[in-house]
Amino acid sequence: MGIEISSLTVHGALDALSGGECSSEELVRDVVAEIAKRDAEVGAYVSVDEELALEQARAADAARSAGKCGRLLGVPIAIKDVLNVEGQSCTCGSKILEGYTSPYDATAIAKLRAEGAVFLGRANMDEFAMGSTTQNSAYKVTHNPWNLDCVPGGSSGGSAAAVAAGEAIAALGTDTGGSIRQPASFCGCVGLKPSYGRISRYGLVAFASSLDQIGPITKNVRDAALLCEVMSGVDKMDSSSMDEPIPQLAVDLPADLKGVTLGLPKEYFVDGMDDDVRRGVMAAVEKCRELGAEIKEVSLPHTKYAVSTYYIIATAEASANLARFDGVRYGKRAEGATDPIDMYGKTRAEGFGAEVKRRIILGTYVLSSGYYDAYYLSAQKVRTLIRQDFEKVFEDCDALLAPVTPSPAYRIGENLDDPLQMYLGDICTVTANLAGICGLSVPCAMTESGLPVGLQILGPAFKEENILKVGHAYEQARGDMPLPEILKR
Amino acid sequence: MNYIVSIGLEVHVQLRTKSKMFCSCDTGYGAPPNTHVCPVCLGYPGAMPVMNKEAIRMTVLAGMMIGSEISTYSKFDRKSYFYPDMPKNYQITQYDKPFCDGGAVEIMVDGKPKTINVTRIHLEEDVGKNMHFRGSSGVDFNRAGIPLMEIVSEPDMSSPQEAYDYLTALKQIITYTDISNCNQEEGNMRCDVNCSIRPEGQTELGTKTELKNLNSFKAAFHALEYEIARQKEVLEAGGEIVQETRRWDPDTFETYSMRVKEKAHDYRYFPEPDLMPVVLDMELVEEWRSGLPELPEVRKARIITQYGLPEYDAGVLVSEKALADYFEGAAELSKNPKAISNWVMTEVLRFLSEKEIEITELKVMPKALSELVSLVDDKTINMTTAKEVFAIMCEKGGEPAGIVKEQGLAQVSDDGVIDAFVKQAMAENPKSVEDYKGGNKAAVQFLVGQVMRMSKGKANPQMVVGLLMDLMKG
Ligand SMILES: [Zn+2]
Repeated sequence: MGIEISSLTVHGALDALSGGECSSEELVRDVVAEIAKRDAEVGAYVSVDEELALEQARAADAARSAGKCGRLLGVPIAIKDVLNVEGQSCTCGSKILEGYTSPYDATAIAKLRAEGAVFLGRANMDEFAMGSTTQNSAYKVTHNPWNLDCVPGGSSGGSAAAVAAGEAIAALGTDTGGSIRQPASFCGCVGLKPSYGRISRYGLVAFASSLDQIGPITKNVRDAALLCEVMSGVDKMDSSSMDEPIPQLAVDLPADLKGVTLGLPKEYFVDGMDDDVRRGVMAAVEKCRELGAEIKEVSLPHTKYAVSTYYIIATAEASANLARFDGVRYGKRAEGATDPIDMYGKTRAEGFGAEVKRRIILGTYVLSSGYYDAYYLSAQKVRTLIRQDFEKVFEDCDALLAPVTPSPAYRIGENLDDPLQMYLGDICTVTANLAGICGLSVPCAMTESGLPVGLQILGPAFKEENILKVGHAYEQARGDMPLPEILKR
Repeated sequence: MNYIVSIGLEVHVQLRTKSKMFCSCDTGYGAPPNTHVCPVCLGYPGAMPVMNKEAIRMTVLAGMMIGSEISTYSKFDRKSYFYPDMPKNYQITQYDKPFCDGGAVEIMVDGKPKTINVTRIHLEEDVGKNMHFRGSSGVDFNRAGIPLMEIVSEPDMSSPQEAYDYLTALKQIITYTDISNCNQEEGNMRCDVNCSIRPEGQTELGTKTELKNLNSFKAAFHALEYEIARQKEVLEAGGEIVQETRRWDPDTFETYSMRVKEKAHDYRYFPEPDLMPVVLDMELVEEWRSGLPELPEVRKARIITQYGLPEYDAGVLVSEKALADYFEGAAELSKNPKAISNWVMTEVLRFLSEKEIEITELKVMPKALSELVSLVDDKTINMTTAKEVFAIMCEKGGEPAGIVKEQGLAQVSDDGVIDAFVKQAMAENPKSVEDYKGGNKAAVQFLVGQVMRMSKGKANPQMVVGLLMDLMKG
């Protein structure tokens, strides 16, 4: 078979399937073979259900030969282990959900299913999406396919690593404070965090309800646009989903940036930023200028409060969202408890990892009476100011260009005992979640040590077309990026 | 020493929506455990709540009925505490922006009206039910997520009787509005009470205790009686009341301590991020208002003037909205509302209680009752026959004129026919005739009875008496 899986895109796969170059079943078998070849080293998946994937693939092939179509018919996709797929496990990277089987499909999953997508397996993640390295998974550590000693980023590290290592054609992630964009950047993938309310959160196990958003991790911008388009739309099961028109994101992507104004928020180019990252991002900015964009420096003055604001709001919501994991109805229940309170204590002590516990305690603290006003209420006020910062700059700019993270992927184990340092790495990504706007990470350079660097493109809420246009035009002008060495072995 | 009692109530009312507060599960009572459940009301990972708008409308209606201010902006909050009957270990409720602010309910104390002020009405979700078996426990989540309206009163009641009357008045208002069945056996209406006493002359309230989960008005009454006596005893023995939650044991008729409340439990309320704030469209609210039923007290006053009924009658008739509706349905069509009222208060209520059915299930339609009264009034039938016709209608429905005709029950007012019956009765009972003539006027009653028997009850009684007396005079 002539299909090269490692660089196969969703659009490429659809062309191959509709052109009769391969069947979905063959495609799934090939991808599973890639997983078998590499996943022992990469650790992208918590579990792969080959039989179920093949069953879906055969159904897709049958549908195709019956003349039916679907915008993703027969394309295998990896799913972050935080999204409910009926009949599958959904561990959220946690021991506490051991043994849980989803009784229902998340809305985003149902939409993908309706278009014929095949669900390959469950991608590893930081426990309950809390972390930026995927080291916080209770099941395994995921390695960066570019350098197995480095982290893939997180929390959607399994999804990004799977795509980068050719173990998936595309993947779904979730982004609460950068969890799609940052691993995409670390692994050299495209990652899209849609606007808050663009894609229904129903069936996404909540970390921080007012910040969480589902999005794709792909090999190019057009694929991200297609997956986003398929999953978008108001959902009666999610009151925070918005009834906004869904533009034809994947088709209408121009090659130049004439008439486009792009802002460079100065607060995002922080002191202590890695030189390779700065150089890579500034080169991408120049490329956009060459494509016809007008570039101007802008200011988002409240950015300096973003990380602390984010950690107050996210942990507060998480402390309530994670209260349901108590051993009463599903998942793990500790042995030997003497009464309900004892059962809660033991189950949660055994079931949650250190980072989750840390954040539950933080969130409980900031909501406690006497502290609520100083922390939670103040954070909500700052959140409004951050949102207003963006509204103001988007009056003159179609999108903003910035780094995704101040540094490229770091070594596994680094900063693990210094959570504060780790949290500061989220400085460039948490703002989009706080403001509810959309953001895209597109590979733009390689560091001297051979790690990918991402360019972040931020756009106004429900203006995904803005960032996808910029991302696509830049991607075309940039040309092909190298592939990780591991793919050549 | 004399004490002043202060009682405040938190009344939980299950709304009679078809589906639960935040999911589409059925709210019906009595289903097998955990059959009315879904990922949302079981708190499954990833499930999200969606507001039941009908529950909001019902809560707003309740507020309107007691004169609350309806909030244009309200929101839901999470109240966190761990308990096995709580699927998410937080309850979605309303903390600082309830749908209804303020309001009042009137009760009668010693024949005079007294106002009980209501602080607020908010909407929340009910919890499941813990069940204990030999050696294990379970939770039935059928009830979890049923919309629950909480009506919080000021500590304005000063006796268990006032608390009982307040509950009765609330129930009347709520059933009038048709937003809950208020069935105490099915747990539609439950209350927590708080109670404190202070010596006469002291202005600030005494330390209060809270009594949780009183499932009936009677339980509230007895628990309060016990608790007030207990508090008096403590104070008189020189002790101090401890602020605490106590549980009422309906078997021993005592309250016992559940836990000492050293300081308020920290529920860590914060706005529910999965639900948007509710901004009520005031035009819509006014539309709801125009559909409000009359308050029972207002209706009672109107019924007295409109139909010229005694206050007692009106009080009985408005006790239940459906009964008042029935009465008015008949009275509006009748020239004799007092007769309608008599029928409703005697025959109708007697039949309902005998058969243990609701007025809405009665086969005698209001129109039929008004026709029955007209048939009596225009002497087509007498009262005895009317009761027979009523009994027939109770069984089979139908309209009275048809039944009278079908069964040949019309009253006989034909002179010739009555004349013949009267003469026959006199001929067959010469002794009675003699007695009458001899001065025993009561003998005429016996003869009337004979005539009625011969005519099968259809003879016009006034005509019979007139004719008998005429004939026996000579
Ligand atoms: Zn349900």
